[in-house]
Amino acid sequence: MMETSRRRFLQMAGIAVVGFTATPVLDAFAAEHGGHEAVPSVKPGPDGLKAKQWAMVIDTRKIKSAKDLEPMIEACHKIHNVPTFTDKHHEIKWIWHEEYKHAFPSDVAKFMDERLEHVPFPVLCNHCENPPCVRACPTKATFKRPSDGIVMMDFHRCIGCRFCMAACPYGARSFNFRDPRPFIKETNKEFPTRMKGVVEKCNFCSELLAIGKQPACVEASNGILTFGDLYDSESEVRKLLKENFTIRRKQNLGTEPSVYYIV
Amino acid sequence: MDDRKYIVTGLVIFLVIATFPFWYNLGKASPGPEIKLTEKAKAAKECVMPTTYMRAEHMQLLDVWRHSVVRNGDRIFVNAQGKEFPMSLSNTCLDCHANKADFCDKCHTYASVTPYCWDCHIDNPKEVK
Repeated sequence: MMETSRRRFLQMAGIAVVGFTATPVLDAFAAEHGGHEAVPSVKPGPDGLKAKQWAMVIDTRKIKSAKDLEPMIEACHKIHNVPTFTDKHHEIKWIWHEEYKHAFPSDVAKFMDERLEHVPFPVLCNHCENPPCVRACPTKATFKRPSDGIVMMDFHRCIGCRFCMAACPYGARSFNFRDPRPFIKETNKEFPTRMKGVVEKCNFCSELLAIGKQPACVEASNGILTFGDLYDSESEVRKLLKENFTIRRKQNLGTEPSVYYIV
Repeated sequence: MDDRKYIVTGLVIFLVIATFPFWYNLGKASPGPEIKLTEKAKAAKECVMPTTYMRAEHMQLLDVWRHSVVRNGDRIFVNAQGKEFPMSLSNTCLDCHANKADFCDKCHTYASVTPYCWDCHIDNPKEVK
């Protein structure tokens, strides 16, 4: 009697062990081979433009006066809800123009070509390959996007410390000292505004690139601006860079700006 | 040792006062917020995710959306049914839910939360004031 009961116990124990261990294995197997539910996912848009590093070439030979730059500045500021402040201290700018001596302070000769001396240079965020603003940001609100090299801002994360403004050698960043909403002439409802206390700057129109369009300033530039992938040897920008002498702003700082100027 | 009646009376008074809010409000529970859907939202029948999920987790969803769009450049959301939506609070969510006062604010006010989405994202793209 004793013996049979022990045998029986061992049999049952063996079956139980097989049973317990087999279930999870079978479940895992079933999950792997169909039978699993679809989960939500994300993906890039179908028409999005792709690049390793977006870059811009500005042909300053085509610029006659500040009038030629107005349409691009207006196009940019309009679609991005950039406010217009009359007080210079509150000014917000994504793209604006600067004299040569201010845009390229380290490359000014004593006696300058007259055209260069007076022509307005369009300036904007350089989307540096080695951006000092990104290093300065304590919250990673501004970051270099690995997918396309754009120096982006996540306005939600910006705490308004303005370290990035101090770090940027190009003055490309503006701070919202006041609520910008009342100072936006015409709001573009498809793009958010900003709130008081955040920094903003050019985003290379990442929202337009994502739907297969060129940046707004390039569209409105009448051929002055050319946009493309810096690391695609067949791209428009590379063709221009191959054929023309170009300069970049404050190159000696080692920030590797992605905006090139044909002078 | 004949303080029993005082003690019991005191206890009864205490219990009455302590439980006063409960029985005073008995049967008067304030009704939950009633939200109104726009015609467009009604026609769509379901949001990007099931209603129960949206009701409880829309803020987490928006957080994921923002991260995905801003940081990774992935702008299309594919839900469990395989339906695709551009991930945009301004252009996708607020396009259907264009009635902030009757939709968003109803629950937010009820729950006493004040999200600052609309400090930047423009409310009511369709509503003409």
